[in-house]
Amino acid sequence: MRKEYWEIFMAFFRVGILGYGGGPSSIPLVHMEAVTRYQWMDSDDFADVLAIGNMLPGPIATKMAGYIGYQVAGIMGTIVALVALVLPTIILMIVLLTTLASFAHEPWVGGMTGAVMPIVAVLLGSLTWGFLDKSRTSIGWSRLILVFGASLVVLEFFDLHPAIWIAGILLYILLKPTPKEDPE
Amino acid sequence: MIYWQLFLAFFIPGILGYGGGPSFIPLVEHEVVHRYGWMSVSEFGEILALANALPSPIATKMAGYVGYFEAGIPGAIVSLLALILPSLIFMIFLMGILYRYKDSPKVQALTDWIRPVIAVMLAVMTYRFLSDSVSSIGPIQTLFLTGMGIVLIERMRIHPALVIGAALLYGAFVLG
Repeated sequence: MRKEYWEIFMAFFRVGILGYGGGPSSIPLVHMEAVTRYQWMDSDDFADVLAIGNMLPGPIATKMAGYIGYQVAGIMGTIVALVALVLPTIILMIVLLTTLASFAHEPWVGGMTGAVMPIVAVLLGSLTWGFLDKSRTSIGWSRLILVFGASLVVLEFFDLHPAIWIAGILLYILLKPTPKEDPE
Repeated sequence: MIYWQLFLAFFIPGILGYGGGPSFIPLVEHEVVHRYGWMSVSEFGEILALANALPSPIATKMAGYVGYFEAGIPGAIVSLLALILPSLIFMIFLMGILYRYKDSPKVQALTDWIRPVIAVMLAVMTYRFLSDSVSSIGPIQTLFLTGMGIVLIERMRIHPALVIGAALLYGAFVLG
């Protein structure tokens, strides 16, 4: 039990410290810790967590951390995960604001934030590719392109809220009559 | 009283703030600056600038900081719980339902059909990070760092934490 708390702490401490650029940048980091390093879940479970997380309001990183912590070690796991994710930078922020608030406008701070963006893009891109590749083997190219294309149009061009789109797909699949042909 | 105000000030953005940080910031500003008058617009801007310069989610940093400065450590705890807890409880509840029926073919199909949607959202985020990067450090640096990122992370399998660390140093010393 002790070891699990420590692992949860380290996992989300790293996510918090390395997650530059807000919530989305922490998604590939959470994947790295929960799926690759500690294998608390497989990539499918991760996709489910991400889908449900995106359906609900509130910051994505805390929802993922809180849920994964809970799944691994119950309520205490949630607390450990959230503390590890949130506390270090809040403390840093309070210390910095009471001492040298003006540092935020230094050019080197902007340089750091700028330089990390392409790296986050690479991590997100690689995660995207992972999901596409997995979809290709589970539902095949044609249906993959159909859902991908439809989602892209609906979410980006019609600007429909992702929560509505995801909830719609969930409902459609849960309520439609038992399929004649199974994807398996 | 202040605790109740802090709770409301972050509960509302937590419930309404779909789509992460950017959607959340104006909601917090509305509560903190306009409703409760805890700080001026320029103070809020200052805090936002600092929060943007530090890692981890922006919303939790704002909640923790504002809570702390209004009512000390208990204030920070109240604000964070108000922000995080409602959607987290809902999430644990929904995932619980999903896992109960994990082996049913419908839930399997659900996972299969949701995956491309998640891929679209991740692809869009990828694109946004690239385009933000181009507007902040220019196309050449973006191309260079993206290329380096792909080679180091995907080809050479160097741990992303190290690559992020290296990018931060590069940003501070070369781009700064």
